[in-house]
Amino acid sequence: MANSEASNVVEARGLLKLYGTQRAVDAIDLDIRRGEIFGLLGPNGAGKTTTILMMLGLTEISGGTVSVLGFDPVRQPLEVKRRVGYLPDAVGFYDHLTARENLRYTARLLDLPRRQTEARIEEALKSVNLADVIDKRVSTYSRGMRQRLGIAEIVMKKAEVAILDEPTSGLDPHATFELLEMIRRLKEAGVAVLLSSHLLDRVQSVCDRVALFNRGRIALIGTVVELANQVLGAGHPILVEASGIDVPAALGSVAGVQKVTQERAATWRVVADRDVRAAVAQRIVTSGGSLLRLDDLQPSLEEVYTAYFEQARNAA
Amino acid sequence: MPPSTTARRVAARREGSPFTGLGPVFMKEFSDHLSSARMMVLMLFVIAFGALPVGLSLQELRNVTESDPFLFLRIFTSAPQRVPFSFTASLTLVIPLLAIGLGFDSVNSEFNRRTLSRVLSQPIYRDALLLGKFLGGLATLTVALVALWLIVLGAGLLLLGIPPRGVEVARGLGFLVVAIAFGGVWLAIAMLFSVVFRSTATSALCALGVWLFFAILWPLVVPVLVLAVTPTNVAMGMGRLDETLAMIQMQSTLERFSPNTLFGEAVIGLLNPETRTLGPIIPSQMRGAIMGAPLPLDQSLLLIWPQVTGLIAAMIVVFAIAYVVFQREEVRA
Ligand SMILES: Nc1ncnc2c1ncn2[C@@H]1O[C@H](COP(=O)(O)OP(=O)(O)OP(=O)(O)O)[C@@H](O)[C@H]1O
Ligand SMILES: [Mg+2]
Repeated sequence: MANSEASNVVEARGLLKLYGTQRAVDAIDLDIRRGEIFGLLGPNGAGKTTTILMMLGLTEISGGTVSVLGFDPVRQPLEVKRRVGYLPDAVGFYDHLTARENLRYTARLLDLPRRQTEARIEEALKSVNLADVIDKRVSTYSRGMRQRLGIAEIVMKKAEVAILDEPTSGLDPHATFELLEMIRRLKEAGVAVLLSSHLLDRVQSVCDRVALFNRGRIALIGTVVELANQVLGAGHPILVEASGIDVPAALGSVAGVQKVTQERAATWRVVADRDVRAAVAQRIVTSGGSLLRLDDLQPSLEEVYTAYFEQARNAA
Repeated sequence: MPPSTTARRVAARREGSPFTGLGPVFMKEFSDHLSSARMMVLMLFVIAFGALPVGLSLQELRNVTESDPFLFLRIFTSAPQRVPFSFTASLTLVIPLLAIGLGFDSVNSEFNRRTLSRVLSQPIYRDALLLGKFLGGLATLTVALVALWLIVLGAGLLLLGIPPRGVEVARGLGFLVVAIAFGGVWLAIAMLFSVVFRSTATSALCALGVWLFFAILWPLVVPVLVLAVTPTNVAMGMGRLDETLAMIQMQSTLERFSPNTLFGEAVIGLLNPETRTLGPIIPSQMRGAIMGAPLPLDQSLLLIWPQVTGLIAAMIVVFAIAYVVFQREEVRA
């Protein structure tokens, strides 16, 4: 059954986790494709960490199945853990040891060939810009450096899948940017990345696909644009600021426009089924109005997220 | 729990050796212990407590020379006049402390440093982690006790001026093994608490509590318990012989629930070659025995065998409990 050629690195079917009677993860189906960056999003307690722990065989599965790289984490946890790198939420290292010694311990646990160990450690630490503090004790490291050391461990492991639980939490904007850069590099090296996060705009910038968790279920899954279509309604929103004409009347007849709503004085939000910016600009000008601004409203993940949970609350 | 979970657990045969990664964990624990400041403090403590009775009894023993064929063993067992306890009695107190010092935070500190989930996400079962930690602690304990043993032996050589005989060395080595097993019991107890409690302070307190209980309270509680269940006339010494014997038997059985008692009895049997029986003496055992004649080593070993197996069994049972608890624990901090 082990099949590394399969296009999905993680396949979960009806994956279930019960804590007492609480369904922490409620029968989810999830596929993560080879080489993609996949984001798990959701409010606190949605079940993201629990899902991750089940994939690694670190917590018991109450029902359903999950396979990682073709292996079953329940029966073959060692095979899974040999190939998957994990950066836990708030990762810790042995403070009294140096970065090199910490990674050396991991290398021994991985049973890496001794001759390669030192070179791989140095290479990994260089790739996360920690080469100059390689022999400093981890107790002197900042939070961002520890996080990068965690990434270095995954690099050293040559993992096929990297699972990062809230890798950017507690990092300043610059450190966050650097970390996301490293995640992109993992992807370039052919590693499939699964990450959970609260920093939606940052996630948006790196993730190929995302899943929106809510109370143990996957509410939505797909690319950011697909999610926006599902939550905010299909369409391509733009923002128009114009004066001198009746904008809704003028734009209502432009081909493709579905909805025109006033945002504030002289500003309208136009939703169309395609990119209608050129046509809108032309119509306003030909109708004798003056066009002050025309913005493409990329739906941000933040908006999708907020809108979704507002809808979910209203529905409840 | 839904039926699917139970079925899964039965069906789930884990693949791969449970000992994968045992070596690295053991090596790390061992070297961490040996280089830690805590180990230095514990060793100083052990040496201070050991040196006092050994030094004083050596002074006294220098004056008795020749007449005693087991002079060397007396260094371990004789209680000098100026301090009320022998070297072995002080070890009964100090070894548990050493073991607790090594084990009380072995698992929960990994939780608190948040290293546990990272380590367990490497290809290793929890079995190997716990066993590696235990063996690492036990090896450290062994190093400490061997060092102490050599110091005592060296001091004896210097101050008594005569080398120990082969039997004495053999009995001394037996004592070392028993002391390590005794330390193993306390290491397992300390590690059990380190698995059960997330707070290192709580687990240290609990382990020390158990230690105090067995060191002070249990010897006081046992007679009370025994008296509570014995008829008054027997307790007053007016019962039949078999009733009195039953009472004494019960008392020594209860006392043997304490690892300290098992250790103490094993030590007496080994280091006092004259010992023919442990616990209550029944007249039939005395028949034909020449008082004061030392037993051969194999007879002494036979005598203490139940105590030694008792210590090892206790160590395994406590470790197994810790293992079961650890398997069920959630890894997330
Ligand atoms: N050991 C446990 N015992 C009982 N319930 C638990 C346990 N661990 C987690 N839960 C519950 O499971 C649910 C999912 O938790 P989980 O940690 O997976 O959420 P999460 O999405 O990772 O949240 P966060 O963003 O806060 O990390 C929560 O409601 C939590 O209360
Ligand atoms: Mg979480």
